[in-house]
Amino acid sequence: MVEFALPKNSRITGGKTWPKPAGATELREFRVYRWNPDDGKNPSVDTYYVDTHDCGPMVLDGLIWIKNHIDPTLTFRRSCREGVCGSCAMNIDGQNTLACTRSMHDVKDGAVKINPLPHQPVVKDLVPDLTNFYAQYASVEPWLKTTSPTPQKEWRQSHEDREKLDGLYECILCACCSTSCPSYWWNSDRYLGPAALLQANRWVSDSRDEATGERLDNLEDPFRLYRCHTIMNCAKACPKGLNPAEAIAELKLKMVERQV
Amino acid sequence: MSASETPKRSMRTPLGRVRNLGAAHSGTSDFWRQRMTGVAMTLLILPVLVVVMMTLGSNQAGAKVILGSLPVAVILLLFIFASAWHMKIGMQVVIEDYVHNEKVKLASVMLNNFFAIAVALASTYAIFKLSSGV
Repeated sequence: MVEFALPKNSRITGGKTWPKPAGATELREFRVYRWNPDDGKNPSVDTYYVDTHDCGPMVLDGLIWIKNHIDPTLTFRRSCREGVCGSCAMNIDGQNTLACTRSMHDVKDGAVKINPLPHQPVVKDLVPDLTNFYAQYASVEPWLKTTSPTPQKEWRQSHEDREKLDGLYECILCACCSTSCPSYWWNSDRYLGPAALLQANRWVSDSRDEATGERLDNLEDPFRLYRCHTIMNCAKACPKGLNPAEAIAELKLKMVERQV
Repeated sequence: MSASETPKRSMRTPLGRVRNLGAAHSGTSDFWRQRMTGVAMTLLILPVLVVVMMTLGSNQAGAKVILGSLPVAVILLLFIFASAWHMKIGMQVVIEDYVHNEKVKLASVMLNNFFAIAVALASTYAIFKLSSGV
C-alpha cells in the first residue's frame, strides 16, 4: 500500500537552535531541515537567525548567509541565483519553489520553514536525489527526431508552429512540479510526472519532429501518462508560471484524437 | 525519506528502471470511456430523477405502468450501464493509485470488475422485473 507515514529513520526529531548573531538589528528566523547520511541520526530541523540587513532579500540569500556566517555544514544546491538553472528548488513555507526567486519577505507568519523537495530520497540536508526524475526526462528522448534528410541549413518552422512551443520550452527541470504531485508521490516508479510529460509534449508539439506517433506510443500507458488526475499542484508550484497539467491534457487529447 | 530508507534497488540503470517493461499501449480507451460515461450520466440524471419521482408512492402495478414504457426503460438501462462502467473505471484508477502489491492489485481489479458487472446485472434485472410486473 501507499506509505502515508515517514519511515522510522526519516521522522524529524528535535533540532539545534543556533545563537542569534551579535550586533544584528533585524533578524529573521529560518527553520531548516537537516539530515546527515554519515551520523546515523534522524533528520532534525535547525533554527537559525539571519541578519536581514547583511544579506539579500531572497530565501537563497538567507541560506547562503547562514552557510557563510553560522553553519558551513548546511548543504543545498544553488548556481545561477536568478531562476534559470533550477538548482535551488526546495520546499519553502509549504510550497515547492526556487529559493533564489522567493523573497523571504513574502513568507508570512514568523519563521521561514525550509525542507527538501517532498517525497524524494535525501542526499544531505536540502539536496534531494533526483536520479529517477532525470531518468524519466531521458526516457521521453528530449531531442529532435527526424528521418528526412537533414537540410543544408536549419530545420524550418513557421512562426505559428513556433508559438505552439511557448509555455513548454521554458521548463528548467527544477522538479518543483513533479515533487508536488500526489500521483507522483505514490507512483513515481511508473508515472513519468508533470515535468517529464510537459517535456514530452514539448517534442510532440514540435512541427519539425517526425517521431510524434512513436513518442505518443511510448507514453500511452495507464501509469506513464494516465496517473495524472488533474490535481493541478504542478501548475501552482511551477516557479516559471508554466502549466504542466495543461500540457498533459493536450497529450491526452492527442491520444484520443488518433483513436476516435 | 532519507537515502538509507529508499527501497533496495537492483543494479539496473535508472533509465532501465524507468523504461521497465515498456508502454502498455493502453489507457486511452478507459480515459475516453470514463469521460463518455460521465457525459452520459450528466445528460441522463435529470430524466432518471423524474422517473424516480414519478414512481414514488406507487405500488408495483403503478411502477409497471411507468417502467413498462420503452423510453423510460431505455433511459434507466442506459443510466445503469453508464454508471456501472464509470464506477468500474473510477474504482480501478483508485486501486492502481494506492495498491502497490501486484497480487493484491490484480485481485482487487478482478473483484472490482465482478462487482461492477454484478451491480449492472442486478439493476437491469430489477428494471425488467418491475417493468414486466412479474
